[in-house]
Amino acid sequence: MNNIVTQVFRFIVLLAVQILILNNVQLFGYSSPYVYILFIIGFPLTANRNLLILLGFILGLAVDIYSNSGGVHAGASVLIAYLRPFLLKFSFGVSFEHNNIKFTQAEVKQQMLYLFSMVFIHHFVLFALENFSVKLLVQTLESTLVSTIFSSILIYCILIIFSRIPNR
Amino acid sequence: MQQVILFFIRNKSLLLFFLLFSISVYLTIQAHSIHSTKYFNSSSFLVGGVQNNLNSVTDYFHLRKENTLLQEENAYLRNLLHNDTWEDIEKVDSLTKNFTFQFTPAKVISNNYTKSYNILTIDKGAKDGVKIDMGVITTNGIIGIVNKVSENYATVQSILNKRSQINAKLKKTNHFGLLVWEKIRDPRHAHLIDIPRHTEFNIGDTIVTGGKSTIFPEGIPIGIIDDFTLEEINNAFMIRVKLFTDMTNLNAIYLINNFDSQEILELEAAAKIGNE
Repeated sequence: MNNIVTQVFRFIVLLAVQILILNNVQLFGYSSPYVYILFIIGFPLTANRNLLILLGFILGLAVDIYSNSGGVHAGASVLIAYLRPFLLKFSFGVSFEHNNIKFTQAEVKQQMLYLFSMVFIHHFVLFALENFSVKLLVQTLESTLVSTIFSSILIYCILIIFSRIPNR
Repeated sequence: MQQVILFFIRNKSLLLFFLLFSISVYLTIQAHSIHSTKYFNSSSFLVGGVQNNLNSVTDYFHLRKENTLLQEENAYLRNLLHNDTWEDIEKVDSLTKNFTFQFTPAKVISNNYTKSYNILTIDKGAKDGVKIDMGVITTNGIIGIVNKVSENYATVQSILNKRSQINAKLKKTNHFGLLVWEKIRDPRHAHLIDIPRHTEFNIGDTIVTGGKSTIFPEGIPIGIIDDFTLEEINNAFMIRVKLFTDMTNLNAIYLINNFDSQEILELEAAAKIGNE
């Protein structure tokens, strides 16, 4: 029960932060950081996969409506929500399958790999859909790279600040 | 049959993913076709309402700048009032004079300038007489064209949009070209294309609207020439224009309504049918 409340709270706060603040932030004239995907990245590992795909879609669509971008955020979010189990296995190895890892307690290298691959895939699909043309491939990759670095750093900072300190 | 059901149960994540992803792509394509953002966009009541409330807070941060802009415009209008045009105005009976263009003030409540297809939202809608294809300007220069209207809000296709094409000319020589935003991802510059090779101009010359469309009146400032290249393919200049308007910081704007636009468009359509 408590967990559901936490997730709903996260959903609303991340959405609000994204559309009210971060959509207005620009880095080197390229693009905004997209931190709302932290919801998908940090969703409980044991939770229902289909539920996450559906929630990812709703979250992305909400961001889309506020930034007038059709369905680009929804598409990118649904994709990473679907790919999440594969990326978890890829990053954390077999220990993920036994459900006995905690994100903040895993090795920093593994955390980075998971975070970066999720953010990169999301941003690439996002900018590819937004430009919607092969001619703009260079521009798409440029924006993806700059935004991925910026978003990853921000998301990692938020994770460190808000994670509970593990018992030693 | 059982096989089919089993297949669905086994792959339900994949199928759900494909379904939702297709919806997203469909919405994206919808948004990419002009004038047809039917379902969700920020001119809808709910979204516009939230942005409007937020804007009433952030407005205070721009007050100082807005005041200076208004003061500048006042000074300009005062100049017009007290100079030679005064006598002309007195002679004209204001009742019989035909006004072609009407200017309506409005405010930008949501601004984009980092994407390839940038769209703004403003706080006036169909209720205030806003119509599709009205021009939008600031005190300094042009911003874009209204592309979607709801009851209380409207969205504007910014000049920083790869689909935007605006008729513009060199103020000095009256040569016409198209103002586009294709080659660069830069909110301070746009490009003027199709300027014939024999045209003479210098860096620093002013670019204004051409008045060859029903949207903008002639002579509204756009920017100054910053750089140019000769395109060998079509033997025309491509001029980089530094925009007068700071597209990253918009607040008070004016909507331009051309009372004659419908008449002109109908006439042109009739002439086209006559030719065929």
